[in-house]
Amino acid sequence: MSAGALRGPETASGLRVGVLALQGDVREHVAMLEALGCTVDEVRGPADLAGVAGIVLPGGESTTLSMLLGSAELVEPLRERLRAGMPALGTCAGMILLATEVLDGRSDQRVLGAIDLGVRRNAFGRQLDSFEADLAVAGLDGAPMHAVFIRAPVVERVGAGVDVLASVDLEGASRPVVCRSGTVTVASFHPEVSGDPRLHEIFLRDVAAVSATRTAYQHA
Amino acid sequence: MTTDASSRADSTPDDHGRTTGTLRVKRGLAEMLRGGVIMDVVNAHQAKVAEDAGAVAVMALERVPADIRRDGGVARMSDPALVEGIQSVVTIPVMAKARIGHFAEAQVLEALRVDYVDESEVLTPADEEHHIDKWAFRVPFVCGATNLGEALRRISEGAAMIRSKGEAGTGNVVEAVRHLRTILGDIRALATSDSAERYAWAKRLQAPIDLVEEVARTAALPVPLFCAGGIATPSDAALVMQLGAEAVFVGSGIFKSADPPRFARAIVEATAHFRDPEILVKVSRGLGDAMPGVEISTLGTKLADRGW
Repeated sequence: MSAGALRGPETASGLRVGVLALQGDVREHVAMLEALGCTVDEVRGPADLAGVAGIVLPGGESTTLSMLLGSAELVEPLRERLRAGMPALGTCAGMILLATEVLDGRSDQRVLGAIDLGVRRNAFGRQLDSFEADLAVAGLDGAPMHAVFIRAPVVERVGAGVDVLASVDLEGASRPVVCRSGTVTVASFHPEVSGDPRLHEIFLRDVAAVSATRTAYQHA
Repeated sequence: MTTDASSRADSTPDDHGRTTGTLRVKRGLAEMLRGGVIMDVVNAHQAKVAEDAGAVAVMALERVPADIRRDGGVARMSDPALVEGIQSVVTIPVMAKARIGHFAEAQVLEALRVDYVDESEVLTPADEEHHIDKWAFRVPFVCGATNLGEALRRISEGAAMIRSKGEAGTGNVVEAVRHLRTILGDIRALATSDSAERYAWAKRLQAPIDLVEEVARTAALPVPLFCAGGIATPSDAALVMQLGAEAVFVGSGIFKSADPPRFARAIVEATAHFRDPEILVKVSRGLGDAMPGVEISTLGTKLADRGW
């Protein structure tokens, strides 16, 4: 993957994306996406998905989000849209929700299965082990990302077709913390908290590309 | 004060270039809890019920506020074994309470690796003048407040989250509403003040001028504002969320109700969908008896008066 491939869209105006707004740091994602120029819908139920061309799953408590996704009857509609190629960005709990497998989660935890990863929750430990650090992310121009890890998950199993863009050392093993597969991008930290827009730009570039393809198809 | 300031607790990067215990990391967990419900639990069984119902965190304590109020006497930090027992059965964050000013209790809770310490007026204060110097800790703190000045004093001492005090253990939401309206009303007024007026605000609020300036500029507290004290029903949660709370603490309201698992789940749904009356109808229907409520004017001790 070339560096240029991961640049943000020229302009995000005209793009309409959703942020799952059931629980978590919704506001930070909305603020960042709006600052990048797109229109943002807060998604609380299936009807809210109709107008959006991409979805961001925020940080929060993944067990709570999993239950609220179920009661809001969003699991199947989201899976369907993701299978059909809707771009997605997930941070922290959002990464857990987008994965195919949650290691040591609750047995009834729902996953959306949009990126073939096995993810371990709270991999670094409790809040006292939460940290910030600079992190080199493959394919990003400029300085390392300043990453804020809050009771963060890591990836323990990477499926076929998944690119690992950044890893950290955990107890002597290298564990992926930024991954990408197709138009799904996940990070176990919070760029929306440190204010680094580069992963959101990648997401919007995917949204723009998919929207352009759809438009071309419809006009053909 | 800026959001990237580090706390005074040791914050040198480790061998991997990682820094723990920073202000951003402390506030960060509070940000992740927004839109959620933090439930008081007194044993591992209740902690599981809370997690099963979708709580974003639990508060481990020996007696819920309603029982502390009934029993009287001195209320202290929980037994470490109780906190550990709860930590061992849930995967969500576990918080615990220390007495106001009791920094040794807070040190014990930090050593137990709780995820947040609540310096709480629900316990009997240990110091009638000083709150804990929270900058000295790597564990984040939440503190109660009844007005904006109190909130800013707690933030100046290092609190990473503020909650309304309300009147714990009463099942009566009126005091929490008063506190939220006072804090948020003053924030709105301060945000429209001119630069000269802010010095008078600082004097009236008895709060540091730099924090007063920050609130005036951003029209928000520098840390998340949650609601606690007297929430007993799904509609109570929806009320305080619509008033501007960012998450809710429910103390006695769940495990003093007729059906704790259902009440817990209903309050979680109401907090997530606080602007949707259809969902409130659905989760409130046939819920059974909420905890018995208490008229505030009949109280001998108002817990909200504790703290300075």
